[in-house]
Amino acid sequence: MGEKIKSSGKLYFHYLSVALRSAMQYKTSFFLMVIGRFLLFFNGILGVYFMFSRFGHVKGYTFGEVLLCFSIIQMDFALAECIGSGFATFASIVRQGEFDRVLLRPRSTILQVLGSQFRIDRIGLIFQAIFMFAYGIIISPVDWTFGRVMTVFSMLLGGTTLFISFFLLRAAFTFFTLEGLELVNILTYGAQEHGKYPVDIYGKKMMKFCTYVIPYTLIQYYPLQYLLGRTDQWYYGVYPLCAVYFLLVCYGMWRFGMRHYQSAGS
Amino acid sequence: MKKYKTYFSFFRIRFNMGLQYRVAAVSGAATQLLWGLMECLVFMAFQKSAPEAYPMAVSATVSYVWLREAFFSAFTTWNADQDIFDSIVNGGIAYELCRPVSIYHMWFAKTTASRAAGAGLRCVPLLAVACVLPQPFRLSLPASPTHFILFIITLFLGLGVTVAFCMFTYILAFFTISPQGLRMLLTSMIDFLSGAIIPLPFMPDGVRGIVELLPFAGMFNVPLLIYSGELAGAAMYRSIGMQCFWLVTLVILGRVLCKAAERKIVVQGG
Repeated sequence: MGEKIKSSGKLYFHYLSVALRSAMQYKTSFFLMVIGRFLLFFNGILGVYFMFSRFGHVKGYTFGEVLLCFSIIQMDFALAECIGSGFATFASIVRQGEFDRVLLRPRSTILQVLGSQFRIDRIGLIFQAIFMFAYGIIISPVDWTFGRVMTVFSMLLGGTTLFISFFLLRAAFTFFTLEGLELVNILTYGAQEHGKYPVDIYGKKMMKFCTYVIPYTLIQYYPLQYLLGRTDQWYYGVYPLCAVYFLLVCYGMWRFGMRHYQSAGS
Repeated sequence: MKKYKTYFSFFRIRFNMGLQYRVAAVSGAATQLLWGLMECLVFMAFQKSAPEAYPMAVSATVSYVWLREAFFSAFTTWNADQDIFDSIVNGGIAYELCRPVSIYHMWFAKTTASRAAGAGLRCVPLLAVACVLPQPFRLSLPASPTHFILFIITLFLGLGVTVAFCMFTYILAFFTISPQGLRMLLTSMIDFLSGAIIPLPFMPDGVRGIVELLPFAGMFNVPLLIYSGELAGAAMYRSIGMQCFWLVTLVILGRVLCKAAERKIVVQGG
């Protein structure tokens, strides 16, 4: 068992180094992409900034608090896209018959699909999230206790896991539809875009949906309440880690889908 | 006259090609519907937090959101024609240059067609559903028949301005072989300035005054505000004038630049 994990880890890092080296072949293009990504989401922030300069607050959240929330979600998403983009573009792997080759190799399919692509240019987005987070810390009066710092890490871990689960879910659907289902995008890109505001501003129904259908409040709303000092219940900070159960559900879907896989031919 | 027929067939071929992707359009429309609902909820939450600061009628914002979703593929600068970029990068452009047609006009016709097809497919189901949603999410009727007619006219003018601007991104690709990063920057800036992120009335007054003078204001902002009557009277006619002005200016500039680019083009082997 230990041997297997070690060799899988080695293979994964080999995939990563291949991706890095190939990105470095086109340095100018790569850096322009990174800078582009870095600046791309500034207009998202600018939009939020203009809204707050007009309205002052939304449901009691200030600009700084929303920035903290926004930057953590952004970071989750960027990390998930960086690591899990093999799943995000799985439709083309299936359509081109590339998955047949994956199945032939004596390695885990998950590992191979994950290793097929790394979006290294997402670093731009990560830098941008860090920048935004730092600014959020400066302008919001959060008292940074040990528990709160840990909450940030747990939000990052849980959030990234949740977004990767969404990508995995989308890939699992591909076994049946052969085509990427755009509707699932609402879970990924929709959550990234609309997750910049705490879920409760969207109203009670949305809160219920985002708790019982997809565990979105677990990684965003609840830990945020503890982070911003709106509640003393420290265990809200542990909620994000429960998002792992969703990964297991999506993994089950993937296994189920794989058993029904029929090659696309070509 | 024959000349226009040529460009019209480029338009027709592209338009029909765009109409092939019907299932994708339905799935896309459903996604946009949910997206629009979330967007409406955000504006309503802000409105509840500080009603006195809200710059337009809530129903007008809701209409704005739905129309934006419906005509998104017509105006977003992001989905510029990938085939055209590919032809520049992989040298396929050499064939196009051999044809006895103007590259600028051909690309203009193709881009307009794929945008019109994309928006035409998406807007029908989306607007149909938006008209029967429960209040406060329902798309309201246009402010008046005049406003509706002007909305349609400015919609096409706006499409013209958008395409004329896209031509610049194609021409840019002549000068740099990998235009991705720069394109990303340009498009994100324009998304903001055209009112795709937040409607222009939500911007601070000073910023808004400047942004309204730029060509991008004619893309989402002008037609969508005219529909709900938020833009009316003299200000409306001024905006339409600006749209016309920018359309003419951008086309002239684009043609000049395109000629210059054609002269210095180097096709690399293959």
